[in-house]
Amino acid sequence: MTLLYLFRDAIKQMFTGSWRYWAWICLLLAMIALGGWFYVQQLLNGLVVTNMTNQVSWGFYIANFTYLVGIAAAAVMVVIPAYIFHRRDVKDVVLMGETLAIAAVIMAILFVVVDVGRPDRLWHLIPGIGIFNFPQSMLAWDVLVLNGYLLLNVGISFYIIFCHYRNCEPKLNRYFPFVIIGIFLAIGIHTVTAFLYSANTGRPFWSNPLLAPRFIASAFCSGPALMIIGLQLIRSISRYPVPQSVIKQLAIIMTVSLQITLFLIGVELFTEFYNEGEHAASARYLYLGLNGHNALTPWIWTALVMLGTATYIGTTHPLRNNMLFLNIACVLTVIGVWIEKGMGMVVPAYIPTPIGEIYEYTPTFAEIAVSIGIWGLGLLLFTLLVKAALPIECGTLRKPGVDPKDSICPLANMEKQ
Amino acid sequence: MSDQKTDLARRKFLKGIASVAAASGAAASAPAWGGSTLSDTFADFFQAHYQRMTEEEVQETLRRIERKAKRRYGVDISCKDTPAQDNVVFGYAINISKCRGYRDCVHACVEENNLSRDTQYIRVLEMADGSIDLLHGHHYYESDSVPHEGRYYLPMQCMHCDEPPCVKACPVEATWTEPDGIVVVDYDWCIGCRYCMSACPYQARHFNWGAPQLTAEQINPDTHYLGNRPRPKGVVEKCHFCVQRTREGRQPACQDACPTGARIFGNLLDPNSEIRYVLEHKAVFRLKEELGTEPKFWYFRDV
Repeated sequence: MTLLYLFRDAIKQMFTGSWRYWAWICLLLAMIALGGWFYVQQLLNGLVVTNMTNQVSWGFYIANFTYLVGIAAAAVMVVIPAYIFHRRDVKDVVLMGETLAIAAVIMAILFVVVDVGRPDRLWHLIPGIGIFNFPQSMLAWDVLVLNGYLLLNVGISFYIIFCHYRNCEPKLNRYFPFVIIGIFLAIGIHTVTAFLYSANTGRPFWSNPLLAPRFIASAFCSGPALMIIGLQLIRSISRYPVPQSVIKQLAIIMTVSLQITLFLIGVELFTEFYNEGEHAASARYLYLGLNGHNALTPWIWTALVMLGTATYIGTTHPLRNNMLFLNIACVLTVIGVWIEKGMGMVVPAYIPTPIGEIYEYTPTFAEIAVSIGIWGLGLLLFTLLVKAALPIECGTLRKPGVDPKDSICPLANMEKQ
Repeated sequence: MSDQKTDLARRKFLKGIASVAAASGAAASAPAWGGSTLSDTFADFFQAHYQRMTEEEVQETLRRIERKAKRRYGVDISCKDTPAQDNVVFGYAINISKCRGYRDCVHACVEENNLSRDTQYIRVLEMADGSIDLLHGHHYYESDSVPHEGRYYLPMQCMHCDEPPCVKACPVEATWTEPDGIVVVDYDWCIGCRYCMSACPYQARHFNWGAPQLTAEQINPDTHYLGNRPRPKGVVEKCHFCVQRTREGRQPACQDACPTGARIFGNLLDPNSEIRYVLEHKAVFRLKEELGTEPKFWYFRDV
């Protein structure tokens, strides 16, 4: 019964808001409609509406997928300080991190769904009625860990919210084991996603043990960067008290991860180019251009300059502690990693092909539109979940019968407000 | 294969659905659903993996494929599922000193295998004498004036690896190695994720980005379930050693078409076969052998 009240109250929350809230929702709905329209075109005509070819058989969709798995994994950067190191201030925002992870995993899964040629046959993956090629196929592993991570995050967040709604403290020992599994799965989803690529020995650009560490490192740049921006937004448009110490903590995590990321890129560049052989052809295409083909070259250098600038800002204390500069660094990081780990990681592995053909790729408008639709859907999901969670976390929304004056306050910093 | 218990459960589940489909099919036996009957549409959707079908289900599926081809192209095709012969494992060897780069194999393959006219299973690379570096081969040379001075020709297609990375990659086991060594695709089970295409080091796999471009006159009506039957859009396909021919003791179309006799195809298990002679007496090599894929596709020179 309380569960039904929770759903009722949550939905009520989602449907009440200022004109700004509704304008934001309408914008997201417009993005979804655009994506939906182009996805219908893709369903009717096939993947010909994309610019993918037999040569470059994965493109913009899978690039976004990879990036979003990283964002989802990065939620551990608030989960670990909150639950392992018992940082009370970080614990106040851990739910936001988990909500971000939920939205990011769902977006990642949707990017795979739109990339598949026969979505009507996705039931072939279900063990029993279908055939799930586990543990052979790395894609099967990815399906498993992504869904597991999604379920776990939904479960933990829901348990916490439901307890607070009933005005009781969630019992840590009840969900702590799941938190630990979640931490391993977070690293797991991104590692498995890296293995998905590095398993292909025929593509030397991917088949590289550094890929998984690079994925994790760059995820811990873009994830915290996105969280810093998101938490500030939440703080400014609601009365949710996001402690500045959390922002500072995330800024340091982002900075250190950026430093590691740049180091790892440097390591890779050395190995590729010091004794440049056939294995470096894709890297040459990406960074310098190959036989006059260089569609990605300006992008990757833009990304490197962005990441370099963000690292400089993060490493310089006065700049990092200045919110304007920190926000610039965050935006640069979010976009820089999106280029580097997305198109910059997926596409060059296909150029040249393993038998030496050079066929360049740029996404069509249809691909971009479908992607905008998925981003819109993810942002909408995140917005709605946060909208419902905020009043519960702030102690203003409780199950019927609880006097708001008696409501326990789950937030350590609420009193200071 | 999964254990019998889940198989039984699945069968029961599918049977239930099939009876629903049959009932609704009777209600709407007139062609609807884009030219298909309701029962065929249902049966298409719930069609099982080829290796999980009973003999009866296979026959129903083959007849349905024939009906679909009739509806789509107005052509009477026959679709068979000739099984692998005992004690046969196919292999291929190409004499690169005989290949002149005419591409007759490429075109014969397209016609034999009902390929979409924008797809080719065989790719002939024009290579500079003295180099085997695939990254420097020419893919789009003019075949009117071949052979060109200082060049040799390297035809490539699916190598039918004994350790195929594509089979390992497929999340739904829609591609596998048959007992006669042919790596096949169940076009009706493939979900179109294209992971196999990334896994293949030989660029042998092709995707139907749109509906295949194929006209009624171009159709070869002698088809095989695992081979050259008409393909739907959104699935992966590849060379299948002309399974519709070779399992009946005929040559693959590419070998048949080669005017120089550069192509040698046969049973690796038969000690008297020509391919065994080549493997035992010529200095053969394979492409990208270092990847551990164990291709059943060799190259050699006469001198």
